[in-house]
Formats: sequence, C-alpha cells, structure tokens
Amino acid sequence: MIFRKLKRAETSGGIWGPIAVVVAGLVLLVGAPMVTGTFGLLQLTVFAALAIFALAQGFIWGFGGILCFGQSAFLGLGGYAYAVGALNMTDTTGAVALAIIVPMLFAALLGYFMFYGRISDAYIGVITLTVAIILFDLFNSTSGDIYHIGQAPLGGFNGIPSVPPLNIPGDPDAQLDTTGLWYAAMGALILCYIMLKWILATRFGRVVVAIRENETRAQLLGYDPRLFKLLTFVIGAGISGVAGCLYTNWGAFISPTVFSLTMSAQVIIYVLVGGLGTLVGPIFGAVGIQYLINLAGGQHVIDPNLLLGIVLVAFVLLVPQGVVPVIRNGFRRLMPVKSPGPALTPSVSQEVSQ
Amino acid sequence: MDLYGLVGFNILVGIGTIALITVGLGVIYGMMKIINLAHGEFMMLGAYATYVATAHGINIWIAMLIIAPVFVGLVGLVVERCLIRFLYGRMIDTMLATWGLSLGLIGLMTSIFGNDPRGVSTPVGSFSIGHYAASLYGVVIIVVAVLALVGLYAMLSMTRYGLIVRATMQNPNMAAALGVAPPTIYMATFALGAGLAGLAGGVLAPISGVSPVMGAAFIAKAFITVLGGGAAIVTGTSLASGLFGFIDTFVSFKSTPVIGEVALLLAAVVMIRILPQGITGRFLRRSL
Repeated sequence: MIFRKLKRAETSGGIWGPIAVVVAGLVLLVGAPMVTGTFGLLQLTVFAALAIFALAQGFIWGFGGILCFGQSAFLGLGGYAYAVGALNMTDTTGAVALAIIVPMLFAALLGYFMFYGRISDAYIGVITLTVAIILFDLFNSTSGDIYHIGQAPLGGFNGIPSVPPLNIPGDPDAQLDTTGLWYAAMGALILCYIMLKWILATRFGRVVVAIRENETRAQLLGYDPRLFKLLTFVIGAGISGVAGCLYTNWGAFISPTVFSLTMSAQVIIYVLVGGLGTLVGPIFGAVGIQYLINLAGGQHVIDPNLLLGIVLVAFVLLVPQGVVPVIRNGFRRLMPVKSPGPALTPSVSQEVSQ
Repeated sequence: MDLYGLVGFNILVGIGTIALITVGLGVIYGMMKIINLAHGEFMMLGAYATYVATAHGINIWIAMLIIAPVFVGLVGLVVERCLIRFLYGRMIDTMLATWGLSLGLIGLMTSIFGNDPRGVSTPVGSFSIGHYAASLYGVVIIVVAVLALVGLYAMLSMTRYGLIVRATMQNPNMAAALGVAPPTIYMATFALGAGLAGLAGGVLAPISGVSPVMGAAFIAKAFITVLGGGAAIVTGTSLASGLFGFIDTFVSFKSTPVIGEVALLLAAVVMIRILPQGITGRFLRRSL
C-alpha cells in the first residue's frame, strides 16, 4: 500500500510550514494581477479552481483513506448547481450555497450506502467511478426543452452557456471581472487549505487519520469509522462543489464533460503526483499536471490522454509516494533540524495487505 | 402478446450483453482480486481488431470470434508481464495502474485511428416475433454469452488447468508448495480475462460502433455486475447479469436507456448495503 511510505502524518508537523504556504498564497493572490495580463490571470484562476478540487481529493484519500474514483461527480454537481441557481436567482450568493450543499447532500446519501454497507476500498472506488459515469450519461441525455430547472435549460451534451458570473454578496449588480474572479478563486483556495489544516488539527481530524491507519483499532477505542468516513466524504464533496462553482465561473459555462472519467482521473493524478497524505502536494500536482496538459494541448504529437496515462502508470510504479514527500524527506536528510513533534517513526501499523 | 414476446426477447438480449461484457472482468476479479479498470479499453481493442480485420477482407465471424479475443489476449499477456506483475498484493495500486493504462490506450488509439467512430456491418438480418421485427444479431449475442459462460464453467470444473487455477485461487502458497507456479497461473488468467473482453468487444462492435472512447459506455454496467455477483465467477456473473439485465432492459423499455442505467445503479447501491459481498458472498458460496 501507498501509505506504507508515509513516515508521519502531516497533522503532527510544525506550525511554520502551513504559515509559509498561506503567506506564499497571499503573495500570489495580491501579486499575480500586477505581473500578468488577463489571459495569464484566467489560466491561474482555473489552476486555483482545480487545486481546490485536488485539495478535496487529497483530503479524503490521503487523510481519510477513502478511495473515491469519481470525485468529478461532486465537481460537476457543484458546477451544475451553481449554474442552475445563478440562472434562477438575481443574486448569485444563493447559487454558491447551492453549489456546496447539493454535492454534500448527494455525498451523504451515497456515502451512507457505501460506508454503512462496509464495502471494501476497491468497491468504493468502483462504485464512485460508476456514479460519475452514470451522471455523465444522465446529463448528456438532457437535451431538449423539456429538461430544465426553473429558468435554466440543462442543454444535454452542449451544457449550459452564459452562466451569470459571481457577484458581491447582496449586490447583484457588482459582478466580478477577471481580476475579481481571480481573487475569489485564490482566496477560496487559501481558505480551503486553512480549513483543512484546522480540521486535521482538531480531535475529529486526528480520529480520521487514526481510522486510515487502522480501522479496527480505532473502532475498538470507541470511534465509529463509518460515521467519520461519511463526514470526511461529505466535507470533500462540499469542497469539490466550491471548485465546481469556480470552474463554471471561469468559463461562464458548464457541460457534462465535468463528469467525465478523464476529470476523475486527473484529480487522482494531481494527488498521486503531488503526494498522498499532504495538502500542499495536491495543489502543486494540480498546477503542474494542468500546465503539462496545456502544453500537450498546444501541440499535436502526444494525445493528452496518452500523456495522463503515462504519468499515472509511471508514478504508481516508480514514485508511489509522490513528489512533495520525496523532496521533503530529501530536505530532512540534508538538514537534520530538531523536529518539533515526535521523531520520525514508522507508522504505527502496517497496512493489512488485501 | 407479440409485444410481450419482443420485450422478453430484448430482456434476454440485455442479459446476454451484460454477461458478455462482464465475464472477462469477472475472471480477473474472481481469480486474482484485481479490478481491471482498463477492461472497457480491452473491449475497445477487440472492436478495433474486428474492424481492421474485416476491412482487410477477413470473414467477420472469424474476425470477431477468433481474431479479436486472441489479439486482446496477447495484449493482456504483455500488460501482465510489463505492468501488473509488479503490483500483486497492492490492489489499489493495481487499479490506478490499470486506469493509467486505460487512459493511455484511449490516447494511443485516438492518435492512430482518430476520434471518428467506425462501423462494422451486422452480418445477420432480422426475424419476426408476430408483428414485430427483432434483430437476429440478438440471438448471436445470447449464444456467444451462453457459450462463454458454459465454456468457462467446463474449463474450471473439468480440466486440469481449471483445477490448478481453483487451487491457486484458494491458497497460492499451498499450490506453490505442490509444484504449481502461481505467477504463470496469474499470467494465463489475466490473458484469459483480457481475451474474453476482446471477444465481447468484437461481438458488440457491429451494434455499438467502434471508437476510442467506446469502453466507457460498457464499464459502468460491467463493474456493477461484477460487484453484484461477488466472488464466484460463473454463478455470480450469471445471477447478477440476470438480475441487472432484467432491470436495465425493463426500465429502458419503459423510459430511456439512460434511466435504465440509473435504475441499475440505484439497484446496485441498495444491494451493496444489503449484500456487501455480492450475491455469491452470501448465497451459493461454494459455487464456481
């Protein structure tokens, strides 16, 4: 298992690392509009949205140990919920709330059947993957005038065009421009990072990590793994919904491709490449891989799917712990500073091989 | 009355289709506990093999029933040697690696053949059920599915290879102590599963069309059926195909194929709550 390689969970790390990440994020938030033009800012906005998506996957997979292969289901539901809400209401604040709540409700329902059925990790992966595929088919089949929610036509394969942009809460006329959307996206990324760091530092977060390490032992200590996993899954879905809302705003457009298998695969690759069991890893993974895909899209020698496939296979075989942990361990080896927490110890339990 | 006959026939075809697309996945999962996320792409390769062979003037029956499974079986052999064998015992990593393989195969075939769908003509016509015309090709699908399941059952229960495979499934270490080489068995099993996926792809090519992304249309049903069936390959696949094929075709007939798929998913999600180990995890446990 991949977790074997994790020497210690990030929860027990120092306070300075996360602060440095947040400061770097704030510098980027303020600095990016000064150094780059509209196009660059739009690129960075979609990177930030996908990084939030990656954070959600990194949280539920790397810390909760939940293998969700269909995270794009929640991204897509969030995006569609925002689009439908924004087209039906003048103020988009309610639409943003919908974009978070709808995926969470869906995740709660699906998660109940999965976690309370106590199915194995592999089954969870397959069921979530299937859910994403079927949502893709379902939204693809909604072309025609009879499929609409309020004022919003669902549009089948063509999706929903000209979705109204975000506005400042309470003021429907103050719509966000490119720069405003960048502040919203990057701000949301920083907030999600801080929130997840905080969750992981609480008692709840520690139990979640404990369950990942050894479900039976956590249960014997009196925690119900089913409930904790369900809550983790729901939190991840809510964050994916935020990402979906921003993603829709980025193009003022949403189509069923958000539910596609490629989207689900991409977020898995972000997390795997960046580093499982970290929060910065998925962010860097998202930006790096998305940059690569953009490069591949610009030329016509290598198909983007082929590139993604090669990256995924190569990382599973060669660097299963991801880039960030490798670099961090390299640093620790070079500079043996006094670590604030307990010394580097192997994880308490060896994962039981399946 | 004729309508009932037609619906009944379509339900049988639906069950046959699901059994056909599931059996290859079921062999690999049931014997090796590996979920092959590249299953849909193995089917896609089988369909392309059929397309290329018929385009070169080879008889379509030979192309879909022999060339497609043999070609994809060989691909499976190569994949097992180059990729899967490094990941035994790491189920999640295997799933990720086969997912990477799936993306890679889609990309590769898009690079070679382009995005546009190709067609393979249906080799047989139609017959009538009362006033209604039904495709004779449905009969072909049912026959191939039954032959695949019966053949698999016969091989597992009657041949020496089947005995060795079952022994390796139950206890690889003990089998190895008795002189069997489990890696060889795994390799052959993976190739067999891939070959069955190729067969399904070849047989379904005339009705689904051939394109690099065609696999995604099948894998949702195949995964659900494997999970619903449980560990026993032949019994599980047959029972789950029967159940899910019935639900899918019946609901599709009453509404649309997409709603049929949604009904299938709902049935499966409720079922994993009641029977987390699949049908054969609780009933008929000792079956094959």
